[in-house]
Amino acid sequence: MSDRPPYFAVLAQFARNSLVREMTFRWNFLLDCVSSLSWVVMQLGFYLIIFEHTRQIGPEGGWGKWEFFVFLSTTILVNSLIQAFFLPGAGEFSELIRTGNLDFALVKPIDTQFLVSLQKIEWSSLSNTLFGVLLLCVSLARLDFTPNIAQLLLFIWFTACGIALLYSLIISLGALSVWLGRNDSLYDFWFYITTFARYPMEIYEGRLGSPLRFAFTFIIPILVVVNVPARLLARPLVEQDWSLAGFALIATFVSLLLSRRLFLKALDSYRSASS
Amino acid sequence: MRTWWTILRICIEERLTYRGDFALGTLMRFLPIITQTFLWTAIFAGAGGPETIAGFTRDEIVAYYLLTYVSRAFSSMPGLASFIAAQVRTGELKKYLIQPIDLIGFLLLSRIAHKLVYFAVATGPFAIVFFFCRDYFPGRPDPATLAAFVLSLLMAFLLGFFLEATLGMIGFWFLEVSSLLFVYMLFNFFLSGHMFPLTILPSPWDKIVLAQPLQYLAYFPSAVFLGKIQGPALVQGLALQAAWVLLFAGTSRVAYRMGLRRYSAFGG
Repeated sequence: MSDRPPYFAVLAQFARNSLVREMTFRWNFLLDCVSSLSWVVMQLGFYLIIFEHTRQIGPEGGWGKWEFFVFLSTTILVNSLIQAFFLPGAGEFSELIRTGNLDFALVKPIDTQFLVSLQKIEWSSLSNTLFGVLLLCVSLARLDFTPNIAQLLLFIWFTACGIALLYSLIISLGALSVWLGRNDSLYDFWFYITTFARYPMEIYEGRLGSPLRFAFTFIIPILVVVNVPARLLARPLVEQDWSLAGFALIATFVSLLLSRRLFLKALDSYRSASS
Repeated sequence: MRTWWTILRICIEERLTYRGDFALGTLMRFLPIITQTFLWTAIFAGAGGPETIAGFTRDEIVAYYLLTYVSRAFSSMPGLASFIAAQVRTGELKKYLIQPIDLIGFLLLSRIAHKLVYFAVATGPFAIVFFFCRDYFPGRPDPATLAAFVLSLLMAFLLGFFLEATLGMIGFWFLEVSSLLFVYMLFNFFLSGHMFPLTILPSPWDKIVLAQPLQYLAYFPSAVFLGKIQGPALVQGLALQAAWVLLFAGTSRVAYRMGLRRYSAFGG
């Protein structure tokens, strides 16, 4: 018997449990799928209307229609995967702390962060992932140029980086609730901050825009989450993409490390409530 | 009369209990305005810098989004329909049947109280945001426009109320209405003009969308304030809005009567 808990087996079990739970109420599951889908369809509709009025977003050399839809599908992919895998668990982390139920996670012989993050998986969100993949394929087919296989691999890698980056932000927010006691507005804060990540970074310009772009690139690096993979896929690779991509890579590793430190520190400061 | 006054007072006090960090939350809700401003600036730049898109300048679009927050503050009725449906489902509705209080009247008063409290707390954050964004507005509208704006806001409140009340009455026929309400909320967001000025829709969709009642919940008051609807069109718009209010006030009343005939008062 090895000392290392079987992480993959446990993850598979979590996935199975969540699926069983969702399948218990099949109609409800279907409704969840439809409702989250209708939200992204509305987003798509909005941009379809926008592109009735303009050829591109941003000044000359900006995002053309299908380039932008590559961007939009990247946003949909990232958000839906976060929603499916990390938000249900990590969103409940602050609740676990408040109620003292974190005790049950702490006594289990497996990494607590792993347990807290992945315990629940929201399968219905994957309908949006499917939609995102579909939209991505259509957009790529309509694009003026065809990306090569290297670009596709880079896209997958940096989308994964983006998800990791957002994940470290969620888990840090959750960890903060150890000190704040209660973190009701966690979801709100999460929603509003990711609003900024949903647009091409070039649109943040001017007196207010430039500082915003700087802050959301270098301090809370959420702008690289969608921008880097979308740019690497939607356009021919150019020199200056590399510095941004390199930065995204570093930002991901640093955020993951920092959030891990913060999480462990939070566990240290945790005094069980109740009991 | 005194009964109704007491009800209003109780409802106000009930709401004030939970004010908390409500004002801060209201302020945070304006954050998407920032990204919308940048997005529309980029859209105008991408289109080659036209004077207007769908009759709105870039500044007016930003002002429009800000104004929809005001209209929505009047017209949104969070939880009203689901509350009515829950009262029917759990059988608690009989509370209103055995007391000499009319359900719709009671709910209307309680919503007025909600709104009064909401405005008392939210005026601060709204004032701050509008002060910072004052340059986006084309200037102060004349008194007649302002009067029409206030009138359209008040009717937006009534229309929002009676629309949701009517939807809640569907609970008499179907026990579970939450998915229906979700669909309504989604359509409402899109068709009321909260997501974009409705005139940017390509023809014939713009005409179709402007013919339905949801536009009076957000688009119409905002467009009135910006002076986009004037003269006979304004009078006609206000009259139509009033007609929709009356129609849904009647529908909710009729649905309530018919529903009561089916009602079987579950629970002990």
